[in-house]
Amino acid sequence: MWIIGVLGFGQQGWGGLLIAGALMTLCVTIAALLLGAVLGTMVAWAKLSGNAVLRALGNAYTTVFRGVPELLIIYLIYFGGSGAVTAIGRYLGYEGFLGLPSFAAGALAVGIISGAYQAEVYRGAFLAIPKGELEAAEAIGMHRGLRFRRIIAPQVLRFAIPGIGNVWQLSLKDSALVSVTGLADLMRTSQVAAGSTRQYFLFFIAGGCLYLVLTSLSDRLFNRAERRANRSMPSSLGQA
Amino acid sequence: MDFVFILQTMRTLLAAVPMTLALFFLSIFFGGLLALLVVWMRVARNPILSNFAKGYIFVFRGSPLLIQMFLVFYGLGQFGFIRYSFLWPFLREPFVCAVLSLALCTAGYTAEIFRGGLRAVSVKEIEAARSIGMSGFLLVRRIIGPIAFRHALPAYSTEIVMMVKSTALASLVTVWEVTGVAQRLISQTYRTMEVFLCAAAIYLILNFLILQAMALLEHRLSQHRRAVPRLP
Repeated sequence: MWIIGVLGFGQQGWGGLLIAGALMTLCVTIAALLLGAVLGTMVAWAKLSGNAVLRALGNAYTTVFRGVPELLIIYLIYFGGSGAVTAIGRYLGYEGFLGLPSFAAGALAVGIISGAYQAEVYRGAFLAIPKGELEAAEAIGMHRGLRFRRIIAPQVLRFAIPGIGNVWQLSLKDSALVSVTGLADLMRTSQVAAGSTRQYFLFFIAGGCLYLVLTSLSDRLFNRAERRANRSMPSSLGQA
Repeated sequence: MDFVFILQTMRTLLAAVPMTLALFFLSIFFGGLLALLVVWMRVARNPILSNFAKGYIFVFRGSPLLIQMFLVFYGLGQFGFIRYSFLWPFLREPFVCAVLSLALCTAGYTAEIFRGGLRAVSVKEIEAARSIGMSGFLLVRRIIGPIAFRHALPAYSTEIVMMVKSTALASLVTVWEVTGVAQRLISQTYRTMEVFLCAAAIYLILNFLILQAMALLEHRLSQHRRAVPRLP
């Protein structure tokens, strides 16, 4: 019976806080995915461009942020970001330490990492567009903006959905590492609950189950999005 | 740029590389063995075995490694039957807990990768082997195993790079590997950028070397695919 008491929503229960933590995890991941989409588009564009300098910069970005542990990047953004904010504060006349809010630091760090993965997804999706379609668009006189809006963007989005689903799952699990900055996400809440009740096993299992709920629900959502995006396409191999 | 500081940092961090490598190799080894077991269960005809393997893969791929590691490190010690068993001297060690959770987690991912490799083995090759009388273990050892492994290799090398990065989490259960030492240096000196660059360089070099080795292995294993030089 004590399990219901501890995990419930009552006075002694941690249920409400765990749900709130799960929502926080979801918020961090959504913010990170959006930031990563912007960064990823820019990096993919840089890697596809003819300019050698841009291409090298894009390659460096994807190599570094996919090759260095996520935890290290979170430390860099959290400690380095706080240093930068403090320096700006001093410049503006504020003496003393200013911390980067842990939500911002976490979303920024996970977003930068997911940007590196998303860049590869978008690049692959762009390369999957048949060359003939781009030439046809050019032949009937579409210029760059129109061609991007009508031909490239819709197809890149469709080809990229499975890849973005993978990046989402990856970011959801990376967001657990943001707990080291003290953000009250699902991981951190489970840790605090486990520590204060001494029921480590129970709370880590509960936290893990909530993560499984998040990952399996979002998996279903992405499968539906993929089916919807492909509803006008002839059925082919590897369809969801 | 303070080169003396960077040199000193590099020396401190390099001293922690053997710990990172030990975590990596042990977890890849045990994770690989476990993955073979899981994939064998996953493709078994017995529904109990295959559903168990599906559940295993779902749980270990669907939840963050950090929560699995904390579950092993903090959670197991809570039970009396583990605390007073012969396993406790091992499970008390943070290093053993880190290797255990890394191996359990990578086994889930690796099993799916190996299953993808198995599905790439063409039925004709298996039929041919059967027609000349191979069956059972010989069939797996001579035909299915090598072909599946070669097909799985590109995805497996991605997983291996993921594992190098995942060893960083061991620092959160007090194993002093590269990221843990880097974090300690950052909080002692507040010189984030220099320490970060040194640690990042170490990980990038490790990953580069490992990917190079995997590419070499792939090259060696796919000799038959390259054009054979014609004899005059």
